[in-house]
Amino acid sequence: NIKMEMFDDFKRMNKRQVYYQVLNFGMIIASALMIWKGMMVATGSESPIVVVLSGSMEPAFYRGDLLFLGNDRSDPIRAGEIVVFKIEGRDIPIVHRVIKVHETHEGKIKFLTKGDNNEVDDRGLYKPGQLWVEKHHVVGRARGFVPYVGMVTIIMNDYPKLKAFNSVILNLLILLIFVLRQ
Amino acid sequence: MNTFLSRLNTLFAFSISVVAAVTFACFLTTHFLDYTQDVEIEVKKAIVKNMEEFYVGEKHDLGHLRFSLKANMTPVFNWNCKELFLYLMAEYETPRNKINQVVLWDKIINRGENAVLDLKKVHAKYYFFDDGSELRGKNITLSLHWNVIPNAGYLWRVKGRQDLGYTLPDSYAGSRV
Repeated sequence: NIKMEMFDDFKRMNKRQVYYQVLNFGMIIASALMIWKGMMVATGSESPIVVVLSGSMEPAFYRGDLLFLGNDRSDPIRAGEIVVFKIEGRDIPIVHRVIKVHETHEGKIKFLTKGDNNEVDDRGLYKPGQLWVEKHHVVGRARGFVPYVGMVTIIMNDYPKLKAFNSVILNLLILLIFVLRQ
Repeated sequence: MNTFLSRLNTLFAFSISVVAAVTFACFLTTHFLDYTQDVEIEVKKAIVKNMEEFYVGEKHDLGHLRFSLKANMTPVFNWNCKELFLYLMAEYETPRNKINQVVLWDKIINRGENAVLDLKKVHAKYYFFDDGSELRGKNITLSLHWNVIPNAGYLWRVKGRQDLGYTLPDSYAGSRV
């Protein structure tokens, strides 16, 4: 009986309300996108927030921690900074510390990285033949830190089945919100 | 069942809000503090050699240093500082490179551990290879820096108040004068 009533309500929802809900939903998505793109511009980084994926920077950062990145081009990269960089041919960004910097008189910089928790520097990780990391490899430099918040991403990555399950749930939830709100 | 779930929901939402507020308070109360400290650095022995650098396949200058380090990091820790990553850095200029920075030694101190540094005549932890063969006779500046790792907040990089200027030997160790 209750179920039937719910569907009656749904049918009674007039067009205007449906449009309003759709617009509302669109606004939320658009705002989220604006915030993300705005952060990209403000920080100069293509990915202003990253989740720490490995334990190579322990005990400072653990898997699931969140890093806020900056990439101020006018502030050159110096030893001791924590940089997030990508190696050509690989998707996964690496979060490690700069331990060596060489900058020519013309301003060309090359640097060497090492994870705090690793014994040796990253030359074994770089592309064969690559000895240094350069500016164009850098996604950003770690400026701020919040623990644990990125765990959701880790869980979704570790259990891909959960990812699919998650999106179905998400869609159902959105549909439910639609119905309940009116 | 209904009220149980809605209570659980409210409780959960409230807990998350409280945690977020406390985290933000942690960050705000410690963001404007001064994290600098006095530092004493001494070089006890320094030699320069020239040998092939691993991976690179070229012969580069290699510096060997023994140094002493004194600093008290205890006042730097607070409820929002969970770790200090300290690193000793050598900076110098060569004809090829305007800026060279090499980390010679590092240490992790966690909150609660002994934060007084008193190292005497220790070897550098990492190889001091130049990007070339330009170390002989160079003036290097040794400075101690630390990265403040907070529970939540900004990752400060701080330089010790004092640094040391040192001139490396003019000739390779073991070579005739």
